[in-house]
Amino acid sequence: MPPIVQVEELAIAFPGPGQGWRRVVDGVTFSVEEGEAMGVVGESGCGKTLTALALVRLVPEPGRIVRGAVRIGGNDVLAADERDLCAIRGGLVGFVFQEPAQALNPVRSVASQVSEAARLHRGASKREERALAARLLAEVGIEDPGRVARSYPHQLSGGQRQRVLLASALAADPRVVIADEPTSALDTVSQQWMVELLQELRGQRHLTLLFISHDLALVGRLVERVTVLYAGETVESARRETLFENPQHPYTKALVQARLAANGESGERFPTVPGVVPRAGDWGRGCRFEPRCPFAFGRCREARPALTTLGGGSMVRCFLVSDAEEADA
Amino acid sequence: MPDPGGTPLLVAKGVSRSYRVRGRRAAGRPSTIRALDRVSFELRSGEIVGVVGRSGAGKTTLAKVLLGLDPPDEGSVLYVGRPVRNLTSAEARRMRRAVQAVFQDPHSSLDPRQSVGDILAEPLAVHRLVVRGGRQRRCLELLRGVGLPAQVEFLARRPRELSGGERQRVAIARALACEPDLLVLDEPVSALDVSVRGQVLNLLLDLHRNMGLTMVVIAHDVRLVSRLCERVIVVAEGRIVEQGEAHQVLDRPAHAVTSELLAAARWLEEAPRPAATRPVSEHDPRC
Repeated sequence: MPPIVQVEELAIAFPGPGQGWRRVVDGVTFSVEEGEAMGVVGESGCGKTLTALALVRLVPEPGRIVRGAVRIGGNDVLAADERDLCAIRGGLVGFVFQEPAQALNPVRSVASQVSEAARLHRGASKREERALAARLLAEVGIEDPGRVARSYPHQLSGGQRQRVLLASALAADPRVVIADEPTSALDTVSQQWMVELLQELRGQRHLTLLFISHDLALVGRLVERVTVLYAGETVESARRETLFENPQHPYTKALVQARLAANGESGERFPTVPGVVPRAGDWGRGCRFEPRCPFAFGRCREARPALTTLGGGSMVRCFLVSDAEEADA
Repeated sequence: MPDPGGTPLLVAKGVSRSYRVRGRRAAGRPSTIRALDRVSFELRSGEIVGVVGRSGAGKTTLAKVLLGLDPPDEGSVLYVGRPVRNLTSAEARRMRRAVQAVFQDPHSSLDPRQSVGDILAEPLAVHRLVVRGGRQRRCLELLRGVGLPAQVEFLARRPRELSGGERQRVAIARALACEPDLLVLDEPVSALDVSVRGQVLNLLLDLHRNMGLTMVVIAHDVRLVSRLCERVIVVAEGRIVEQGEAHQVLDRPAHAVTSELLAAARWLEEAPRPAATRPVSEHDPRC
């Protein structure tokens, strides 16, 4: 069976400066098997959200997907026409957008937003819609779903809004759910509940899940595989245990260290990842992580390392790893 | 600076604050929300105190009351022994300079049209702070103080050209421009990437150690706060439910809310393993 989600050498560009186009994502590759949960992690500006949007071809104007391939459930997403796209969006793929306060329409009731996908994809009637909305809200752990269904987004707490958004993503029984930072607007207690809820829904609905977050620790609680993005490209993709216990890329190593930020003695300094993500357009010829990398050597400044495939479905983009592989072979 | 052994820098005495809820409410919901309910505590000069609680516990209302941005309905806030409500205009001006705020989202707390230089120079002008060597030199000093490049080029940048971590440092530098006695930070790192949080938290530790700056740090992550702060105050439903030394609260939480916050923070930090499942019906409806 081919993977249900396949992204290969994806590149997304925006106009400028001048007449040209600037690539803000360039070199994102990963694949997800049916029923698997994949975490996509990286700092702000690494291209996580744009990649997620590209999976359903919702890259905001005037951005363009300029290279690569995206396949979901046998569909060539980049070649799909409007009708196929409509079937993919919300039907095959449910999307939980960032910032629930903004993703929900303030002037429409919760019920009509939750059941929208069922109306569009399954032709549900008004009566069916209302029953479905209440059922979905109950499924995502909302108490008194009948009352919440009749209410409007501003009457709900942040955690409830996030659950409403999740319910609406499930309305048309998607096979794949993409959740973009579904926990970052929540407090720690609600974060734990959200992760546990996603875990449960996955099991019950046999979902394939893409969980996008800057928080590696949180991602680790839910997924079997993790893809790490840095400056618009995949730098490592591996099984969760492999990635946490034996990270290969220096950036992944730094993220695994920083994950322990709250563990430690009172008054002790917090671990950091020194430096900042380079802005698109400031990427040099060499490895994009080179300026922050404690292990960088001459070649890292000269050439961009390729994504090397290792055993166990792992991939790493680093000369240190690819050179060692070649030496072994 | 007030004497650390004498009058507390700031005192809250039985402070309450309610908000009217406007618009149509779902049936059975009250039309006022008591965001703070008889909150009392003291803040001594040189202390770094954490305020933790869940979303909606009243943390931000408390910050606003301490900053004098929102007057309490009942009770009073004393600044160096004087009720904030009855300050003379000169005293009020002094307090507005000496008590500074850093908010959660530097994207919305910085004016997008101002340059970093404008942002840092504004408080100097507003409070007529005499600056030796000129304003620009002072601005560069402030940048250096928060670990940003002390370059004239950086002063010309706009907030949108900065990363989240850089923006939050600019917001901290702006607060420091006023030479404050007290810094109130409302969720200073929760909008930042995990990897950048450490940089900003270390900066706060340095400011506390090197300048003896008094700080109130408000956050929902109890572990992070306990590591940063000496004393921790736990709030729930507008009330202080527990307060004590950070290590004491961490090791022996006395209130159920504290235990809940600690359990979630620990769970999120733990090494990954298959997550425990819990029936959906047991979830808290507030979540």
